[in-house]
Amino acid sequence: MAQIFHKSFNSLSKISIVGGALVALTAVGYAALLFNRSPYVTQQGVVREQPVPFSHDHHVAGLGIDCRFCHTTVEVSAKAGIPPTKTCMGCHSQVWKDAEILEPVRESFREDKSIEWLRVHDLPDFVYFDHSIHIKKGVGCESCHGRVDRMPLMLRENTLNMEWCLECHRDPIKNLRPREAVYEMDWTTQFFEKTRAASLDANGHPQKNDLEIQRELEALQQNLAREYGVHTQVNCSICHR
Amino acid sequence: MKPILHSRLSQALVLASALVFTTACRQDMHDQPKYKADGASAFFADGRNNRKAVPNTVARGHLNEDDHLYRGRIDGKFAETYPFEITAEILQRGRARYAIYCQPCHSPQGDGNGVIVQRGMKRPPSYHIERLQQSPPGYFFDVLTNGFGAMYDYADRINVEDRWAITAYVQTLQLSQNTKASDLTPEERAKLTAATKPK
Ligand code: HEC
Ligand code: HEC
Ligand code: HEC
Ligand code: HEC
Ligand code: HEC
Ligand code: HEC
Repeated sequence: MAQIFHKSFNSLSKISIVGGALVALTAVGYAALLFNRSPYVTQQGVVREQPVPFSHDHHVAGLGIDCRFCHTTVEVSAKAGIPPTKTCMGCHSQVWKDAEILEPVRESFREDKSIEWLRVHDLPDFVYFDHSIHIKKGVGCESCHGRVDRMPLMLRENTLNMEWCLECHRDPIKNLRPREAVYEMDWTTQFFEKTRAASLDANGHPQKNDLEIQRELEALQQNLAREYGVHTQVNCSICHR
Repeated sequence: MKPILHSRLSQALVLASALVFTTACRQDMHDQPKYKADGASAFFADGRNNRKAVPNTVARGHLNEDDHLYRGRIDGKFAETYPFEITAEILQRGRARYAIYCQPCHSPQGDGNGVIVQRGMKRPPSYHIERLQQSPPGYFFDVLTNGFGAMYDYADRINVEDRWAITAYVQTLQLSQNTKASDLTPEERAKLTAATKPK
């Protein structure tokens, strides 16, 4: 009987076994990568059930309280710091002082027991992170934590993966803003609005279009990078010490 | 036929696919047993990592003997002077700190009608009443350091230098709210007219 398969099929069949295995492995590997970036692993966008439903939306956007009123050490140390109960009671011993939802806060104050806030952001312990350097170099809270002023409950805006840190560290300049504006939310939009308003002519027509304002913004950021001394930082040892 | 798992290739494949599963879980190096700020402790009775100083001890370099600087007093009386020179830079610092820590209740002008007061906080007195106008810097420093009535203290949130800077800014506010236009120099008055002119 004539051979159905040519002799070369011997090697082809071997190759296809190995190749198939490789494809399967790659697929599994890729799935693992996707899985590692999924909110299930990174906890991106996941809201925690906190002991008290503290609202940044209410306190930051509604009442206009500065981040540093509560996160007092953010400018000077690695940790931003979670406020002690006393900070809440500075207002809530008077405001909403009988509200049911604030009972855990009052109890914590009465009995000198910490409120057990659950961490929303948590880097692995082998990573070194420091808030103060980012604040000093003009990176806004918003660039990493998102629109905190629109969060009725705190959530993680970004993955906190290494690739996320590096994406900015490779080219940090487009994330810079003046130091005074670090705590502001929606700063870029404000910059556009202010620049446009400043360019109005006598008839109330803006003399600058969005492209020109964008260029102005980039020029400002280049200047800030020079003034604050901001460089690309991708050396492994700055984050893994 | 050889058992499947005995071939080199399949062993390698099994090992390689096992590697995949190690990436997704949190290992010991992710959560090391070291103590970090604000964390929970299974060791200390109060469950906190953050420790207070043991009673009746003083941290090295924190004896704080200088009554003027640390308590705003000279010979037991509220200091009439500042413990260091107040420069324009320090005033700017005081202004920025005031905006963070005081403005929510005392308002930008210091009249005591801040946002929080409008939502039910006890209304603080205006800084511009006679009694506070007459109060020395040491008094304001003392209010910040030890609190006053319904107002809690800020000693653990604002450091000593910044408390003095805020004091200086509050006194500047008092001055600014009680200065008449006729007290200004002609240049200053020109600036004022330009700034308040309706556009
Ligand atoms: C009135 C006090 C207060 C103010 C003002 C405030 N925060 Fe918070 N913040 C808290 C408290 C309490 C928590 C812990 C509870 C939670 O996670 O919601 C927190 C949590 C956070 C977290 C998450 C911490 C974690 O667990 O990982 C971030 C990020 C944060 N705040 C950013 C900000 C920023 C940015 C601002 C200013 C725009 C701000 N906060 C203003 C009280 C405050
Ligand atoms: C500077 C004053 C101030 C501080 C500090 C403060 N709050 Fe409030 N908080 C308020 C005011 C004012 C309201 C009422 C808002 C309103 O009437 O619109 C409020 C409302 C609330 C509410 C109920 C309304 C809501 O947001 O759903 C909760 C819960 C709350 N605060 C928790 C806290 C906790 C926890 C802390 C401490 C981390 C804290 N607050 C610190 C001023 C403050
Ligand atoms: C460069 C990015 C970046 C910027 C800018 C940034 N954060 Fe964070 N923040 C982080 C990361 C990452 C963590 C988690 C740190 C950890 O797990 O050790 C964190 C954690 C926190 C926490 C909880 C843990 C702690 O440090 O006490 C708070 C509160 C917080 N940030 C507030 C702020 C505020 C307020 C600002 C602006 C003044 C700010 N952050 C700016 C990246 C940033
Ligand atoms: C939005 C931009 C941005 C993101 C995101 C960001 N960084 Fe940075 N980081 C900066 C800038 C800007 C600097 C200052 C660079 C310089 O000094 O030249 C900096 C500096 C640092 C430094 C100090 C470097 C030194 O010179 O010692 C560390 C450590 C650091 N970042 C860690 C991290 C880690 C860890 C993450 C992720 C969790 C992260 N950063 C995410 C912008 C960012
Ligand atoms: C800007 C900060 C930064 C720099 C620079 C950096 N890393 Fe990382 N690295 C991180 C962060 C953040 C994580 C944790 C990511 C996570 O939670 O999945 C990490 C995780 C890792 C891990 C562990 C991955 C895992 O899943 O457990 C390895 C390995 C690693 N980095 C190696 C390196 C090497 C090699 C370099 C230099 C080429 C480097 N890193 C540079 C921030 C950085
Ligand atoms: C949470 C609201 C709140 C904040 C924030 C606050 N205060 Fe007050 N302050 C009060 C209240 C309420 C009183 C009146 C207390 C009383 O009479 O029981 C007061 C009183 C005072 C007085 C007058 C004391 C007297 O002799 O009558 C001074 C001075 C003062 N505050 C300064 C400050 C400064 C400076 C800051 C910023 C570091 C500040 N306060 C922040 C609520 C606040």
